[in-house]
Amino acid sequence: MADFKVHQRDGEGVSVIDLKGYLDAHTAPDLENAFQKLLTDRKYNIIVNCKDLTYISSAGLGVFMAFIEDVRKNKGDIKLSNMSPKVYNVFDLLGFPILYEIYREEQEAVVKFHEQKRA
Amino acid sequence: MAGKAQKLTKTIESRTDNLLEVREFVLQASRRFGFSEEEASKIVLAVDEACTNVIKHAYQYAPDRTIEIVIQPEKSSLHITVIDDGKAFNPSVARLPDLKQHLSHYRRGGLGIYLMRTLMDKVEYKYAPGKRNEVRLTKYLTASESRAQS
Repeated sequence: MADFKVHQRDGEGVSVIDLKGYLDAHTAPDLENAFQKLLTDRKYNIIVNCKDLTYISSAGLGVFMAFIEDVRKNKGDIKLSNMSPKVYNVFDLLGFPILYEIYREEQEAVVKFHEQKRA
Repeated sequence: MAGKAQKLTKTIESRTDNLLEVREFVLQASRRFGFSEEEASKIVLAVDEACTNVIKHAYQYAPDRTIEIVIQPEKSSLHITVIDDGKAFNPSVARLPDLKQHLSHYRRGGLGIYLMRTLMDKVEYKYAPGKRNEVRLTKYLTASESRAQS
């Protein structure tokens, strides 16, 4: 049976959340907790690596909506990377590429954070 | 194949940990009916959204109520009905959000309804508060899927 895992790692001035498995109404609270912890720790440069994310529903998408405002108020951002076409399609259907930067590779998102820091 | 297809029914308790089982049930039925993987994924997501709405809104997270999912194959379409006996919730009267404006205000609600309507060909509601509410989702086979089916 599929599972869902959230793993956080820090490096190069950013925090990366790795998602694995399915993100739905049942597992969305795990991601909420991960974002909440980052905000509590005042870590606002966040990349969510979706390489192993196999499924997302609106409950999962809602978590990104819940935190983006607070993160940007603190001059940070949530950037996304490594999405499968299937997962990207759901983000795209809801217009998320307007609101979020989505990169093919995690390293591209890291570089973007560094560029924005220098600007 | 469609002519021989039987009506399928699954009943679950109203808990989010049962969504995975629902998705698997719908995925298998959609594949067997002849939908491509891409279309089957759309149906699965729409049914997940319908069940999630029942758990959140009709039952307000009460974990011991029931949700019935009925899959009815017809000649060139698949109908999935999600049935509950909770609080009436009729998204068909809810305004479909202007997505750009919705997102720019960081609103997280209403996205499921938008997805259901976008992913499926038809979304219909019948409701009798506290007795029986139904969301009926319909997807038609594309021409190429129909040819592959027959």
